[in-house]
Amino acid sequence: MSSTCSCSKEFVDEREERLTEVIEKYRGVRGALIPVLHEAQEIYGYLPFHVQKRISEEMQIPMGEIYGVITFYTQFSLEPKGEYQIQVCLGTACYVKGANLILEKFKEKLGIDVGGCTEDGKFSLQACRCVGACGLAPVVMINEDVYGGLKPSEVEKILKKYQ
Amino acid sequence: MEMVTLTIDNKKVRVPKGYTVLQAAREAKIEIPTLCFLKDINEIGACRMCLVEIKGAKKLETACVYPVSEGMEVYTQTPQVREARKVTLELILSNHDRSCLTCVRSGNCELQKLAEQLQIEELPYEGETHKRPLDNFSPSIIRDPNKCILCRRCVSMCKEVQTVAVIDVIERGFDTIISPIYEKSLNEVPCVNCGQCITVCPVGALREKNDTEKVWDALAAEDLHVIAVTAPAIRAALGEEFGFPMGTPVTSNMITALHNLGFDKVFDVDTAADLTIMEEGTELLNRIKEGGKLPLITSCSPGWIKFCEHNFPEFLDNLSTCKSPQQMFGAVLKTVYAERMGIDPAKIFVVSIMPCTAKKFEAKRPEMTSSGYPDIDVVLTTRELARMIKEAGIDFNETTRQHFDDPMGDASGAGVIFGATGGVMEAALRTVAEVITGQPLSSLDFTEVRGVEGIKEATVDVGEMEIKAAVAHGLGNARKLLERVKSGEAKYHFIEIMACPGGCVAGGGQPIQPSQVRSWIDIRSERANALYKEDKKLPIRKSHENPTVQRLYDIYFSSPGSPKAHELLHTHYTPRENYPEE
Repeated sequence: MSSTCSCSKEFVDEREERLTEVIEKYRGVRGALIPVLHEAQEIYGYLPFHVQKRISEEMQIPMGEIYGVITFYTQFSLEPKGEYQIQVCLGTACYVKGANLILEKFKEKLGIDVGGCTEDGKFSLQACRCVGACGLAPVVMINEDVYGGLKPSEVEKILKKYQ
Repeated sequence: MEMVTLTIDNKKVRVPKGYTVLQAAREAKIEIPTLCFLKDINEIGACRMCLVEIKGAKKLETACVYPVSEGMEVYTQTPQVREARKVTLELILSNHDRSCLTCVRSGNCELQKLAEQLQIEELPYEGETHKRPLDNFSPSIIRDPNKCILCRRCVSMCKEVQTVAVIDVIERGFDTIISPIYEKSLNEVPCVNCGQCITVCPVGALREKNDTEKVWDALAAEDLHVIAVTAPAIRAALGEEFGFPMGTPVTSNMITALHNLGFDKVFDVDTAADLTIMEEGTELLNRIKEGGKLPLITSCSPGWIKFCEHNFPEFLDNLSTCKSPQQMFGAVLKTVYAERMGIDPAKIFVVSIMPCTAKKFEAKRPEMTSSGYPDIDVVLTTRELARMIKEAGIDFNETTRQHFDDPMGDASGAGVIFGATGGVMEAALRTVAEVITGQPLSSLDFTEVRGVEGIKEATVDVGEMEIKAAVAHGLGNARKLLERVKSGEAKYHFIEIMACPGGCVAGGGQPIQPSQVRSWIDIRSERANALYKEDKKLPIRKSHENPTVQRLYDIYFSSPGSPKAHELLHTHYTPRENYPEE
């Protein structure tokens, strides 16, 4: 068992132990890669290189396949995410309702780009595909909260709620 | 066999049930265009070039994966089909680096051929295009994502056939790229340099590192003694680059052309293959007698060696310590040959012509300089040699030279068959059997180890002893075989492994045959036949009877496995980490 923590030999990263449990749970299960990645991301908040490597070695799935799946689905992240994850839907319906203007506003207010995270670790910003709530277009999700029918002028007020 | 009758473009055709529409069309002598399709390797219906109309179907279907059924009516040239194929091809071309004039695959490009066949005269799509960096850090393979058309043949080859799996489909939509993880270089991932990805690439997105300029420079340098050494598999395939039918041995054309290019000497690596058999055969006998590590596994294939270092470090002690014939030959040329000929080894420049891209990596391994000089100075693939011959305007039909040069002379038939899967095993058995029994063999043909079956086994009675042997070609098969050995399920004395499916004749440096050829003709067997034919014709067919090899032991090495032989002809291996943490 490899532990990536180098601060102390006695100290075992609790997240590593939880990842071990996840890998054990899915050992030998067909098509287990996506659920394993989901649970690993819940543990770490994102999917760093060493987590991919452990999954690859212990589940005997090539690194390329794991990395391919992670980069295919927008829900998986290679970078750490903020405490509040803002997802601006850029699906067709949201887009025609001006979602790109809302995205621009978030970028401006937070001072980060899509895929980025604010320095205090509070907010990360993502553009996503259709979230299946086209009737509310344009839609933004912040963690589990859904905001529909948004206007760019409302962005600042929403952000305040989380600060 | 259950048969099915269908019509294709109103032509009636009867084919076995389970055939695809593409296969049936072939039987009906109707060519359906394909691009991503490569039989048995990549049958995924991704590129949409093989679209056909099937009566009663709601939409156009991909012929390469659509199964035939009784009474089916297929149409391959309707206006709708032609339009769909054309638009698809135009879209593929719109984001393709179309610098055909300077592309190494120009004239042998499946995309270029399709554009011509479908008469694409202009491209209406002026959209965004990718401009991605070239990956040219590997000593063997160049990856050019701007030419990639995402057919995924290389991914199937690397992942499914070879189980090396260092390239995959990354990202999605317009951003999709075939690449190692984090868009690393092939040099930074456990790529084994086998080059099989190159041989299946329909375009110029994967190609060998071109080292021909170094050779032109050497040939132009007046003070250098430039030697070409050619691997057995070259003679079996080089002719394809000059319009000879597949499987034509072109040994004398090749020797003549190399002399015409200006090489001072042209030697046959098969002589070193014979030397390898002497060393490796002795190693096998010693390990059996002295209870050494078994099974002994061959070490001629540098793609296999790197694969073993990455994936099976527990087998490194099983590997024969013999250098590959290429490296042995280089070491001999820069020592014994230099001494005998009175040439300063610093002035000897050895160019090895190989069917292999992994040999470029092997020649650069730091262990390969035991004489004080690099064993091999430059490695050229069969394709690079063909390009040099063409550039020099040499007539490849000329056959004024029939033999390799003295003092290395012609090799044995055992050395020749090294180029086919099972060849090293057969060559070794010919020698080992005679050494153990002291009796000449009644038949030299060990047919059990020939052919293209993925894993072959043979049990050979040698005097009082029974030698259990296995042969695997293609790294996926090698992996399977080693897992069996690891689990104790199979026990052998001797294993031959070649990285490339079919062995060196189908190596990553060999002439590229398009899917339209290699999907239907087994190029591995065709080329191997050329070698078995040559073996059959040769007066000497056993390595230990090669007079050059005998002389090398008389004047220099004294006996196989001697300290001097160990110093120059043997090597060692190192475990390699896969994806080291940054």
